[in-house]
Amino acid sequence: MDATLSFDEALEKYDPVLGFEVHVELNTKTKMFSSAPNVFGDEPNTNVNEVDLGMPGVLPTVNKKAVESSIKIGLALNCKIAESCTFARKHYFYPDTPKNFQTSQYEDPIAYDGYLDVELSDGTIFRVEIERAHMEEDAGKLTHMGGATGRIQGADFSLVDYNRAGVPLVEIVTKPIEGAGARAPELAKAYVAAVREIVKNLGVSDARMERGNVRCDANVSLRPYGRETFGTRSETKNVNSLRAVEHAVNYEIRRHAAVLDSGAAIVQETRHWHEDTRSTTSGRPKSDADDYRYFPEPDLVPVVATPEWVESLRAELPEPPAERRKRLQKDWGYSDLEFRDVVNAGLMDEIGDTVAAGASAAAARKWWMGEIARRAKLADVDPAALGVTPAVVVELESLIASGKINDKLAREVLDGVLAGEGTPTEVVDKRGLAVVSDDGALQAAIDQALATQPGVAEKIRGGKIQAVGAIVGGVMKVTKGQADAGRVRELILKTLGVDG
Amino acid sequence: MAAINRDDVAHLAQLAHIEMTDDELDRMAGELAVIVDSVKSISEVAGNDVPATSHPIPLSNVLREDVVGHVLTADQALSGAPDAQNGRFRVPAILEED
Amino acid sequence: MTELIKHSAAALAAKLAAREVSAVELTQAHLDRIAAVDGGERGIHAFLHVNTAEALAVAADVDERRARGEELHELAGVPIAVKDLIVTVGQPTTAGSKILEGWHSPYDATVVKKLRAARMPILGKTNLDEFAMGSSTEHSAYGPTRNPWDLDRIPGGSGGGSAAAVASFEAPLALGTDTGGSIRQPGAVTGTVGVKPTYGGVSRYGAIAMASSLDQIGPVSRTVLDSALLHEVIGGHDPFDSTSLTDPATGLVAAARLGNVKGMKIGVVKELGGEGYQAGVEARFADSLEMLRSAGAEIVEVSCPNFDYALGAYYLIMPSEASSNLAKFDGVRYGLRVLPEDGPMTIERVMGSTRAAGFGDEVKRRIILGTYALSAGYYDAYYGSAQKVRTLIQRDFDAAFAQVDVLISPTAPTTAFKLGEKLDDPLAMYLNDVATIPANMAGVPGLSLPSGLADEDGLPAGIQLLAPVRQDARLYRVGAVLETMLEQSWGGPILAKAPALAELAKTTEAK
Ligand SMILES: [Mg+2]
Ligand SMILES: [Zn+2]
Repeated sequence: MDATLSFDEALEKYDPVLGFEVHVELNTKTKMFSSAPNVFGDEPNTNVNEVDLGMPGVLPTVNKKAVESSIKIGLALNCKIAESCTFARKHYFYPDTPKNFQTSQYEDPIAYDGYLDVELSDGTIFRVEIERAHMEEDAGKLTHMGGATGRIQGADFSLVDYNRAGVPLVEIVTKPIEGAGARAPELAKAYVAAVREIVKNLGVSDARMERGNVRCDANVSLRPYGRETFGTRSETKNVNSLRAVEHAVNYEIRRHAAVLDSGAAIVQETRHWHEDTRSTTSGRPKSDADDYRYFPEPDLVPVVATPEWVESLRAELPEPPAERRKRLQKDWGYSDLEFRDVVNAGLMDEIGDTVAAGASAAAARKWWMGEIARRAKLADVDPAALGVTPAVVVELESLIASGKINDKLAREVLDGVLAGEGTPTEVVDKRGLAVVSDDGALQAAIDQALATQPGVAEKIRGGKIQAVGAIVGGVMKVTKGQADAGRVRELILKTLGVDG
Repeated sequence: MAAINRDDVAHLAQLAHIEMTDDELDRMAGELAVIVDSVKSISEVAGNDVPATSHPIPLSNVLREDVVGHVLTADQALSGAPDAQNGRFRVPAILEED
Repeated sequence: MTELIKHSAAALAAKLAAREVSAVELTQAHLDRIAAVDGGERGIHAFLHVNTAEALAVAADVDERRARGEELHELAGVPIAVKDLIVTVGQPTTAGSKILEGWHSPYDATVVKKLRAARMPILGKTNLDEFAMGSSTEHSAYGPTRNPWDLDRIPGGSGGGSAAAVASFEAPLALGTDTGGSIRQPGAVTGTVGVKPTYGGVSRYGAIAMASSLDQIGPVSRTVLDSALLHEVIGGHDPFDSTSLTDPATGLVAAARLGNVKGMKIGVVKELGGEGYQAGVEARFADSLEMLRSAGAEIVEVSCPNFDYALGAYYLIMPSEASSNLAKFDGVRYGLRVLPEDGPMTIERVMGSTRAAGFGDEVKRRIILGTYALSAGYYDAYYGSAQKVRTLIQRDFDAAFAQVDVLISPTAPTTAFKLGEKLDDPLAMYLNDVATIPANMAGVPGLSLPSGLADEDGLPAGIQLLAPVRQDARLYRVGAVLETMLEQSWGGPILAKAPALAELAKTTEAK
């Protein structure tokens, strides 16, 4: 593990400059340059044709939908759309790259010179300048076999599945981001979250980071405060969760600071992010091998985005996320603080989906920001990746509303759902978790609790109604939590002849 | 423009992923020097005002509708593979053993 | 040899339609001819694979359909050979390279689909310089093809196999590919006809790419009309090729049948002649001009000064694109895989040794040259500059075609040279394409037809016609007139003057 400074110490001495390359996989039906299906998760090498495999004699054809999605992304990022743009070949030999070049764009990306206003956790707006967004194709998937780790290091051989080869990508490249200071890691996360939100909102990508639909390369460099020129940067590749983006930038700032402090130079290189150790390791140094020998793709002709075409696509754009947020906060009736917490937790879509599925906005927030977020933290994953669907939340809430279970039992039901025991109702049945709603059984427990705590009973009779909690607690203990606390309270007061 | 030499050829062969023996590098350097010499005048022919032509017949917006077309079976995809395993192409280790 | 195979494709089509001969008989006659002259130490070696069973099956199917009275394509049952750069299901495709030895494509090239739709029996795959890189077919990994006019001479290249197959009556028709002259130059040195269509006129899908912006598939035949017939079969729009033109391939056969040059202006390109051109080639060229003039054409001289740079620019653009197009041959997905003999067994090294063993010298030369021209720091000076020269060449064509209807020149500067003569001198080899390259650089169509035999060696020379883009019909219109007049002067087709192969093999063996 590399030496690092503490984050505070690093920031005291150095001014971080960030840069991001975010790859977004488009959710078109077919590949970027072939009509083979763009589908995730199928059997290896079943969503390919001769074009995706780079077989002798093949030629690419451009997916119109992918071009339109790219233009929409450009527009949503406030970019200019190129009047005419071309494709280019980027050469590097790698077995996941069927032609040993990637068809991409080079000198004239489809979108350029934009910006994205990113909202930080305290509501501050930070403007990130967008250099360009260009169209390209994804590579296949390598699985490293043998060796101890399943990683590329020490593997005996690798297996290649080209199903992902040729999936349309839009690569969004920022200009260098200066002035984030100590908020750099937070900004990093917020920026990627904002891009993800935009492409999801546009409907052009499934935007599932855990599937690699949105992948981030994070560039970090440090310089002494006051210096204009940038320091040498490192590029941490494929940081594929929001939390990891934040942690990776944090780590690289601390690592760079330690290197610079020791008087050594930063090596310009790619770095690999390791979630388990929350650190990066050295990848490939920038070298002659990076002579990509770009040249215009001779098998494809220019894409000309006429003003009419661009405007018709602009007309199809959905409500921008910032406006959507304003509207949702109003619809849901959340306070500024409540809403910001939801946004910062990245749970707006989940709550939205849950409300759409029939839960109240308050209940949706309670679950996602409470129990689900807590469990996600314990499991060290994003809440959205935990596996709780909106339908589960709706069902839990309706079970509570009908009095079948209480809040405490609902948490246990959630455990069952996450353990794969079925739907909430199935878990209730299997685990026998329904609340005790038989008044007779409750009355016995209440009588017993009152008898063991005569002082408390007296207080309640004397008008100290809040003391009823102690008796309720006793009853819940006896019933192992399977009682409806509200009903217990009512029955206690009734027993004591007091008006609640 | 500098003439192409043996080290250049060695570097280019590495970029192009063609292993070459010392003899081959020597021979190739000699041949390429002659060829490069004969074509280098090309860089002085056209002025800055001349645009580049990458397609002999200019076309634009040749686009395909996003409709699924034909797909190979995994067997067809792998039919010419030098090595395969479990429906996937098998390749030797990517990195050198440390 | 049966006289049947000496007929033109058009004549054979007529015989089939009249049921004078069956498609099976016709196909078998060509297969017999291949068996007789192609193999053996002194054989033509035009074929890398002979597709006997499938060709006969297709022919039998045609005969059956014809017997049922089904309406068939004019060329249905007329056999054809396919350059082994074009992928075919059911037969190997090697591109003349060890790296693809034994490889079977899982898909058909678009032109092959069209041949199948027309029900033309495919006789087999013809020899070529490896990945079409050469002008003599000597760079084939599977040994050279011999010129039927003289077995010790080259048949031109890269499509020497297709040209020699047609010239030696092994096939009435063949497909070629032309990146810098690989259809036209072999046509010239074998006494056959070959056409490079307008860029985009014929789909490139399934032709293994050498230089994408220059490559075109085209017809190889013994007569101008036959090329027109085949051109109409393979031409037209293909959605699988983004550079494919939407124009239909029509009017070509009609133009060949019309054959009229009265009142046409024909421009002699000043830069495509003189120094480096063999005297006999120039003499036959002058004869042809005289005939066209007598047929009512006006012959004028035009200058295309930038053609002088075409060869140099071509040898930057072509290797650049080739180095990129050939990157995919790496021993991972298909084709040869060679393991390194020593040292670490990484995929990097496996790719490196596979490509070292799989590619021949000329291919390696071009890949290295192209890698150089595209590499950081050299791109602008080399690839970028060459693409600008291309613009200048196009402007020269535009200016010339503002004055004349077609341009004319010798196809190649010399007649067929001896096998091995230029093998060690790449630059001398490259000069063979000096007259054909400008057409590829500008995308214009070109046709080569025999102009006669050079006095000094008795070998065929070729004449090249060039037309503006999309005006391929003009080539057929002028070519047909010239062909008729030339054949009248010779008293028959030029190939009637070629020595009988059996005799030739014997005499040369005796030497
Ligand atoms: Mg990147
Ligand atoms: Zn990228």
